[in-house]
Amino acid sequence: MALLQISEPGMSTEPHQHRLAVGIDLGTTNSLVATVRNGVALCLQDEDGRMLLSSVVQYLADGQIVVGRKAQAAQAVDPRNTIVSVKRFMGRGLKDVSHVETMPYDFVDAEGMVRLRTVQGVKSPVQVSAEILKDLRVRAERSLGGELTGAVITVPAYFDDAQRQATKDAARLSGLNVLRLLNEPTAAAIAYGLENASEGIYAVYDLGGGTFDISVLRLSRGVFEVVATNGDASLGGDDFDHRLFCWMLDNAGISLPSDRDARRLLMKAREVKERLSLDETVPVRMTLESGDEVDLSIDRSVFVDITRPLVAKTLKPVKKALRDAGLEPDQVKGVVMVGGATRMPHVQQAVGEFFGQTPLTNLDPDTVVAIGAAMQANVLAGNRATEDEWLLLDVIPLSLGIETMGGLVEKIIPRNATIPTARAQDFTTFKDGQTAMSFHVVQGERELVSACRSLARFELRGIPPMVAGAARIRVTFQVDADGLLSVAAREQTTGVEARVEVKPSYGLADHEIADMLKAGFDNARDDMELRGLREQQVEAERVVEATERALAADAMLLNETEREALDAAITALRTAAQGQDARAIKIQLEAFNRASNEFASRRMDKSIREALAGHRIDDLRI
Amino acid sequence: MLDLKQDFFALFGLPVGFSVDMDRLEQAYLDIQGKVHPDRFAHLPDADKRLSMQWATHANEAFRTLKSPLARGQYLLELKGIDPAFETNTAMSPAFLMEQMEWREALGEAREAADEEVLEDLARRIRHSNRSLIEQLAVQLDEQGDLEAAADTVRRLKFLEKLQHEINDALTALES
Repeated sequence: MALLQISEPGMSTEPHQHRLAVGIDLGTTNSLVATVRNGVALCLQDEDGRMLLSSVVQYLADGQIVVGRKAQAAQAVDPRNTIVSVKRFMGRGLKDVSHVETMPYDFVDAEGMVRLRTVQGVKSPVQVSAEILKDLRVRAERSLGGELTGAVITVPAYFDDAQRQATKDAARLSGLNVLRLLNEPTAAAIAYGLENASEGIYAVYDLGGGTFDISVLRLSRGVFEVVATNGDASLGGDDFDHRLFCWMLDNAGISLPSDRDARRLLMKAREVKERLSLDETVPVRMTLESGDEVDLSIDRSVFVDITRPLVAKTLKPVKKALRDAGLEPDQVKGVVMVGGATRMPHVQQAVGEFFGQTPLTNLDPDTVVAIGAAMQANVLAGNRATEDEWLLLDVIPLSLGIETMGGLVEKIIPRNATIPTARAQDFTTFKDGQTAMSFHVVQGERELVSACRSLARFELRGIPPMVAGAARIRVTFQVDADGLLSVAAREQTTGVEARVEVKPSYGLADHEIADMLKAGFDNARDDMELRGLREQQVEAERVVEATERALAADAMLLNETEREALDAAITALRTAAQGQDARAIKIQLEAFNRASNEFASRRMDKSIREALAGHRIDDLRI
Repeated sequence: MLDLKQDFFALFGLPVGFSVDMDRLEQAYLDIQGKVHPDRFAHLPDADKRLSMQWATHANEAFRTLKSPLARGQYLLELKGIDPAFETNTAMSPAFLMEQMEWREALGEAREAADEEVLEDLARRIRHSNRSLIEQLAVQLDEQGDLEAAADTVRRLKFLEKLQHEINDALTALES
């Protein structure tokens, strides 16, 4: 547990069974894939030797889909069908997206999440993101020479439930098994902390292309504990480009550029912004399709002036996170800078002034998140011996609650609660004889429902008629280790139950995912079935392998009869897995899970007892 | 067998009582999370994953409860069958009600003044008052076994916690 170095390759208990696992940084501007090879985490390159994949997807009239640099180059020619910064639309309605007016897309304001009409039809941001992920999956499989066991996908720490669910859906759609959604600043902290054997309170300031996160962590002896997190899910380098873009329009006297010219000006703005990190003065020259000439020059001081409000905007979440953590800026031992936008000198300077210390910029801000994600993927895939693993304790960024009378929010899980977590709250009926109750699940810090994000609505029916206030309806919120919420409601006196996985209003429904998966195949039916069969077979193999390993270690927890029953269940599952019937395997898997549940519980029990054996003084009073 | 219904003290191998060795609590918590956390089970079958999530959730809840003096005091009272009844005023002592009014007035004035220093000063006074109430609660629970008095102290602490939240919100509002 106390391991903080990575110089020594982590040895798996069975090294020959190294599972191929990757970390993916699905960024607003660029995306990367990384893995751990021979104990070292590295980013994988494409065939041209590039690590960064531009997060740009172009839909062509002939049905082709282009991802990355080629699509990036096409954006000025074919802006409508070339989607950039799609991350800004994930889990978002049209009204939530800023600068819509300067975006060259044909938006469709669908229920929940905005969609984009392209030459290949209406696309959801989930589908567009899935194309980026698919490109990275193929790159990884080619580079590693095999099918991936799974992937850790990073998300901004400040992403809400809808945005996380959309990201997970995109990964599923791209054919990836998601081991975990990992918060970007946390991933960076893993990479930084392991590399530098850091101990103490650290802040990660992560300003990406479209999102801003601040996380405060306590690092100690192999434990990464997030104390508080905050941020702004729609503030990033793109906004600095946009300020520059507006400055260029103003100073060149252009009022309404065409979509294509707007794209070219935005690309120019980004280029100028990047050069201003190095040079004091940068010329801005270009000829637009309209014939307008831009011939300007900008000083860094002007750029600093026009973007000062944006930098100041990042410091508010920083203050909030510190207040939630109960810390003063000078108690922070180091500030790790992450995200390409932290290359801007005035950002570094503002952060340095706030914390009273020079921020840490010795890690590549572009790759550190993917590297940390790869390290975590390696752990989650089971490639390291348990005693070498670190422990990661992350939190939920925004409070979760239920709408009550008068449009107010009753918070059930507060922000910064360590996940996984569950909380329950009792509600009661408002009228005599009321037999149904509708629930509205929201996320956010404000007291008014209208100021929070609506996540889901569901109903509990069949409440026995009672006088108002007599029924006891217990609503339980469970947030898993991915930060995803599920909600259940139960009438306490009769046990009437309603359960909902929170995703309907902003995510995609299951059938939509299934339809999209189908659409991705030429021989939809056959391929779907083959894929389903393969998935069940892999799961069966995994279950058998894990159980046999567990039996090798803990066989004494079972008596002879129990052992025989479990062995029989293994044999039955093996036999089914050799067949070609996905449904039969699924049925055997379920039967097996029931048969092995008791064994799993006893092993968990044993390991908890072992964990406490070292310092337990009193006997367990059970 | 260990089960999810056992009390939080038993989970961490600690004696039941208000005074808790914080280092021991934290170490026990980390040791247990080290064994049950979902990250340890990500490559295992669904049955193990489910079990892991339940245990890790339970450990988080237990740690959260025992770490905070207010939550711990309230939990101890619950274990002994006492409901602090936060919602009903009937159980509250006149002294407590008087104190509530005074604090409310102070908060109202500080908010009115929109003065960061006044708010910070009020926060300091509340922290001070909080500390002495916690010391009092320790005596009431661990030495005197006076549960009714302890319930009154827990109610006061709960009220101060709400005030602290409101001050934080007011400070945040000042900044934006």
